[in-house]
Amino acid sequence: MKADLLPLSGISDALAAGEVSPEALLEASLERIRALDARLRAFLRLTEAEARTAAKASSQRRKSKKPLGPLDGVPVGLKDIFCMEGVETTCGSKILRGYVPPYDATVVRKLKQAGAVIVGKLNMDEFAMGSSTENSAFGPTMNPWDLSRTPGGSSGGSAAAVAARMVAGALGTDTGGSIRQPAAMVGCAGMKPTYGRVSRFGAIAFASSLDQVGPLAQDVRGVAYLLSAIAGHDPNDQTSSPRPVPDYAATLDKSVRGLRIGVPAEYFGEGLAPEVEKAVRAGVDKLRAQGCEIREISLPNSPHAIATYYIVATAEASSNLARYDGVRYGHRAKANQLLEMYEKTRAEGFGAEVKRRIMLGTYALSAGYYDAYYLRAQKVRALIRRDFDQAFAAVDAVLSPTSPTTAFRLGEKMDDPLAMYLNDVYTVPANLAGLPGISVPAGFDSKSLPIGLQLIGKPFEEETLLRIARAAEPAAQRAPPIVEGR
Amino acid sequence: MPVSDFEPVIGLEVHAQLLTRSKIFCGCPTRFGAPPNTQVCMVCLGLPGALPALNEAAVEMAIKAGKAFGCRIAERSIWARKNYFYPDLPKGYQISQYELPICSGGAVPVPGLGSIGLTRIHLEEDAGKNIHTESGSKVDLNRSGVPLIEIVGEPELRSAEDASEYLKALRLALIYLGINDGNLEEGSFRCDANVSVRRKGEKKLGTRVELKNINSFRFVRQAIEFEIARQVEAIESGAKVVQETRLFDNEKGVTRSMRSKEEANDYRYFPEPDLPPLRVSREWIDRVAVPRLPRQVADELAAAGVSQADARTIVADPRLVEVHRRVGGDPKRAALFVVGELARAVNENEVDLDELKFDPALVREVWKLQDAGTLSSTAAKDVLAELIRSGEAPQRIVERKGLSQVSDAGALEAVVDAVIARSPGEVEKYKGGKTALLGFFVGQAMKDLKGKGNPGALNALFKKKLG
Repeated sequence: MKADLLPLSGISDALAAGEVSPEALLEASLERIRALDARLRAFLRLTEAEARTAAKASSQRRKSKKPLGPLDGVPVGLKDIFCMEGVETTCGSKILRGYVPPYDATVVRKLKQAGAVIVGKLNMDEFAMGSSTENSAFGPTMNPWDLSRTPGGSSGGSAAAVAARMVAGALGTDTGGSIRQPAAMVGCAGMKPTYGRVSRFGAIAFASSLDQVGPLAQDVRGVAYLLSAIAGHDPNDQTSSPRPVPDYAATLDKSVRGLRIGVPAEYFGEGLAPEVEKAVRAGVDKLRAQGCEIREISLPNSPHAIATYYIVATAEASSNLARYDGVRYGHRAKANQLLEMYEKTRAEGFGAEVKRRIMLGTYALSAGYYDAYYLRAQKVRALIRRDFDQAFAAVDAVLSPTSPTTAFRLGEKMDDPLAMYLNDVYTVPANLAGLPGISVPAGFDSKSLPIGLQLIGKPFEEETLLRIARAAEPAAQRAPPIVEGR
Repeated sequence: MPVSDFEPVIGLEVHAQLLTRSKIFCGCPTRFGAPPNTQVCMVCLGLPGALPALNEAAVEMAIKAGKAFGCRIAERSIWARKNYFYPDLPKGYQISQYELPICSGGAVPVPGLGSIGLTRIHLEEDAGKNIHTESGSKVDLNRSGVPLIEIVGEPELRSAEDASEYLKALRLALIYLGINDGNLEEGSFRCDANVSVRRKGEKKLGTRVELKNINSFRFVRQAIEFEIARQVEAIESGAKVVQETRLFDNEKGVTRSMRSKEEANDYRYFPEPDLPPLRVSREWIDRVAVPRLPRQVADELAAAGVSQADARTIVADPRLVEVHRRVGGDPKRAALFVVGELARAVNENEVDLDELKFDPALVREVWKLQDAGTLSSTAAKDVLAELIRSGEAPQRIVERKGLSQVSDAGALEAVVDAVIARSPGEVEKYKGGKTALLGFFVGQAMKDLKGKGNPGALNALFKKKLG
């Protein structure tokens, strides 16, 4: 097997053993992107020149046996939501086409400091609003397992690139499931850390109280490497936690015996595809077989999560997206008057889903409606959080499907926003409660489409969560046929 | 019914820029007057992905104001977003405080008015500035993110004059606290006024009008006076006062409607998710030292024997208070110097109080020379004036200008003897009873001494020798 087809941790081991050089890995990555991306459309742009410089520097460190860590020389991709100095960053939107940030997001700086080789920027739903990457102003990304299907979203480009072995790992953001759901759709691992675990500085905001940056990789160990590199306090993000960052990979292989796993009845109800349920239940059995204690639990307010989410997230988004007004950067429409400039700039620059959410959020915050919508949603959010607090008194993690179905067809849900929103029914509660969640591969359905299993952990207990995820993930995840040229 | 049958009700909202070195949510400098858009970064430009990081120095200054005015200081207050579109507002929202401000209650002491109550003081960020030129409108974001406190006064003012006095007292207090430079022209101290009128005896408040663009004490008086008259006239003519925001036109001295209540912005306030609640511990509040306010300083000066009028003059300018302190010695004598020689030099533009050329402590050297008889009182004034102008040491000024008077008994006696010797006729007349000739003798001696003789000593000597 070629080294670049290994999961991230395998690539890291090969680099450490000197079996492959960072330059060779980068070239293999670029070659695969050239071979596949015309069909997958995972990348919005490549950063070849920067990547070559980084790979060369990494090679020197590897040769002189002074690597910066397990990521030194590993090719990675960035969701186009992360600002990178000197590299166009669009957030999947026409309104930011041509926008070149003058600074690196904190996580980008940290990845560079860990020696990772950033290969390019990955497609996404515009402003991370969507569950299929079809809301990208630059066209959809295709699912590597079936080109007629979406890779999920909003971090669909990140997930597709990892699954198609174009990069060993990628960063995404997760506001309501935008890392975990696409990870499930393409059959890789993807984690949303605890709110505050990773700095959001330089990650373009969708909904500030829900957004969290996280890693995607083919294996849980790879996710752990990436998380160790990007986590930690950042004085530029005052919602980031000062808690020390453990070495997440160090405790991965510790036994899960005795850990208590809660299975919430509310996450196995109507709308869940039988094949998905079967695979997830098999995952439960797998953990039981390794000594985990399985408990039936209830999270009674979780069914209200989607409604709550679409008030809180849209309210914050309506404010966060106000800065795209054509005055300072990005798209500016031709107009003679100020108001006309605002209206035309935003009418031309934003896509339909973004406009829909700005309108929903503006409404929810308006005088006379604030109490009935925003304030009430915050109360329900507190109840959802309390449900988890109570559950975690009796269990160490909660297990559920990541998404009710496997990957759906391109265009299938584009005319039905509500059906699209329901994709996130199992992932949204962790965002509302600020909890860490991870999706790991849990087999395939009868159409050979990947199924994801979600684990939700206690706040800042990513170590335990990763350990359980490690025990739940398959020994090896096969690559999509497209990677083998089929 | 005349205006005198109506009672105006006025409340002021003041925005004061805090004198922090850097902005409230980023490290950019706050210096005024830099070339446009040179004091900006991703945070105060509102670039995608940027997040605010609170500058604690701004919080400390708000605490200082809160303590000085006796406000309740909240141990937990909440940042909020005020959403509206304007080119000088880079994020499309201003980070402010809404439901839970850092300070509430309290009062500002105003000479002649007692105390005027405060509703609240909250922290927020300033916006940039729109600049309209012939080639189009431009935006300067140097001011974006400069920390402000908004000081909301209770509607306890009853005339334009009172409003102006309140504003002056508030401005001076903030300057004393060292948290604002009180510069209305540069906009570091800005005021909006809420004005309504009601018939005397009426309990219910009238419809309120908000006045903007009143950036001088004179304009505050003019705008409020105009507005009171306008509202009374409206009521008298049977029309209604409409709730609206009006702009003061300082060239014509009138207020004009800017937007009605219906057109008012819905700011869609909600808690700022990028900042945790602002926590201010009891210890922190206790640690913040509050300098003395003008009233306390005036009381102290008066207690030290300074006249009420001089004390008022000095406290009106904290720089004068500082000079007075540095002169030291007898407070009353120091006060006379400050309101006398120093004030004169200021009026004649011979000194810049922001950049003193002299060490005020040297004033006492001049006094010493005067008290020892080395300097006449006229010469002492000259030396002080020169000291203020140049900062040169008093002793050197005296020497350079030859201002010291001869008081040495031996030297004077020789001159007196010489005058007596060459004026036998006058001596005879004097002895014959024409004592008015004493002036002639002293004048002769002064002439010999080139004006530097101590006149008192000469008088005494002549009397003794001729008596």
